[in-house]
Amino acid sequence: MREHLDSLDVPHSPAVEVRGLVKRYDGRAVVDGLDLTASAGRVTAVLGPNGAGKTTTVECCEGLRAPDAGSVRVLGLDPVADGPALRPRVGVMLQDGGLPTGVRAREMLDHVARMYADPVPTDALAARLGLDAFARTTVRRLSGGQRQRLALAVAVVGRPQVLFLDEPSAGMDPQSRLAVWELVRELRDAGAAVVLTTHLMEEAEGLADHVVVVDHGTVIAQGSVADLLASGTGTAVDDDGTLVVRVSADVDPAGLRERLGAGFGVEHRSASSFAVTGPVRPGTVADVTAWLAERDVLVTRLDTGRRTLEDVFLDLTGRSLR
Amino acid sequence: MTTAPGTPDAHVGTPPAAAPAARRVLAQAAFEARMILRNGEQVLVTAIVPVLALVGLVQGTFVELDTGGASRVDFLAPGILALAVMTASFTSQAIATAFDRRNGVLRLMATTPLGRGGLLAGKVLGVLAVEAVQVVLIGAAALALGWHPDPAGLALALVGVVLGTGAFTALALLVAGTLRAEAVLALANLLLLVLALGGGVVVPADRLPGPVAAVATWLPSGALGDVLRGALVDGTLPLVPVLVLAAWTVGLGALTARLFRWH
Repeated sequence: MREHLDSLDVPHSPAVEVRGLVKRYDGRAVVDGLDLTASAGRVTAVLGPNGAGKTTTVECCEGLRAPDAGSVRVLGLDPVADGPALRPRVGVMLQDGGLPTGVRAREMLDHVARMYADPVPTDALAARLGLDAFARTTVRRLSGGQRQRLALAVAVVGRPQVLFLDEPSAGMDPQSRLAVWELVRELRDAGAAVVLTTHLMEEAEGLADHVVVVDHGTVIAQGSVADLLASGTGTAVDDDGTLVVRVSADVDPAGLRERLGAGFGVEHRSASSFAVTGPVRPGTVADVTAWLAERDVLVTRLDTGRRTLEDVFLDLTGRSLR
Repeated sequence: MTTAPGTPDAHVGTPPAAAPAARRVLAQAAFEARMILRNGEQVLVTAIVPVLALVGLVQGTFVELDTGGASRVDFLAPGILALAVMTASFTSQAIATAFDRRNGVLRLMATTPLGRGGLLAGKVLGVLAVEAVQVVLIGAAALALGWHPDPAGLALALVGVVLGTGAFTALALLVAGTLRAEAVLALANLLLLVLALGGGVVVPADRLPGPVAAVATWLPSGALGDVLRGALVDGTLPLVPVLVLAAWTVGLGALTARLFRWH
């Protein structure tokens, strides 16, 4: 699958190219032979559970850590050796924000803008991200969402060609998240390469053109969201589908199997939901709802077949807590 | 493509460029100085405590001083200036840097065109700016108390201030870059107190009790005090303390470069 997808990348120049990256802390490999390609004009999501090596990978791309093995190229340059040439062209939003606690929001943005020859006018950027409401508030008094918006403004004020966002939506309220997503899409459309790490499926599904699933320091799957959803772990035989049904009252769905006939399986998932697997057709849906209607049970939600990215992710990375 | 105002689109064809290096470093220096002078605790430690110490020691007769023939204010003002240099370049800088490190500020600024070198240069210049404010405040208080510094020694004193700033900033970065922020907060204040009382800063090393005197002479605090007293009281630059300070600056600088951790 990977070769197939890489061929899709050909029309885009790789803005970020990581090959065989290894990074060890105290002898333990946190990143272990990771490959990553991110193209200009696309949002690449690095998706993985906590501790998968996402942050370390982007820190190697940002020049904050030197790789123990492998190569990292950003815009064709080495982030450590070519730092001075690269830094004006790269924007960074760190996971922990990186904002001094005593500084006022607007003061911080204006300060970082001074590091660039031709920054985005900060008045317009502050208005765009809704910073004006707390322009004179010190960072320590900002909410999580306000801090993240300020950190994003700081990351983009230099008009970066490559933007690294480490868990950009952490601690954000829905309004802030929408504002951030909208800006990220605009930057992508304007030609920037955006690399974001996330463990939020919703963020990867909603924002990413390309998803790289990382676990234990290495890539375990990648592709567009659609590719990943289509990729199976054995269940994606063309004829087979899944119908997940949520209902208003507890029913024993065992009788439903007889109604549907051979080839179908019915699995009780919880008191208020069950799953039907088999050759799901339009008629199958009608049969299920008719059977429920006879028992005076209302369908509250019905999902046909499509797995969510979360299903794919859990299949790939396992369901155990870590 | 047309974009809304405030959209940070990269200008097609022209890669974004950094501001000139001097402008970046000066911006960082002004930023650092502003952050320190805005923080109430930092102002207390860097400005108010030294001025109160000067006034208290000059006016108060509860402390017996062998001033070697000089007036009390002439004898004490250089030591208070040395103490002020230590508060700005060591205590205040260690605490600020430790918390900036914990909060990721150092890493964030290192990814901007400022870079690590620019950040360091900005910090040192920021400390010198705070020291300029200290010199004005302490100098004004001392002059009001009848201070007559040796005019020939003013430029020489500057050498001591710069060397002392180098040594103590290196020490500040060493603790800030290796210990947890809370530990730095405690250590930086404790060390300042110990050095202020027994480090040969305000009271010269050779007036301290025997074993303490032997140690204090070779400490950066004692050397800094001796350089400033030599310059401002006698109008000369004493060679040994200058060499001691320079050695501390080089040694601590090398150690910091090796051990400082950005994460």
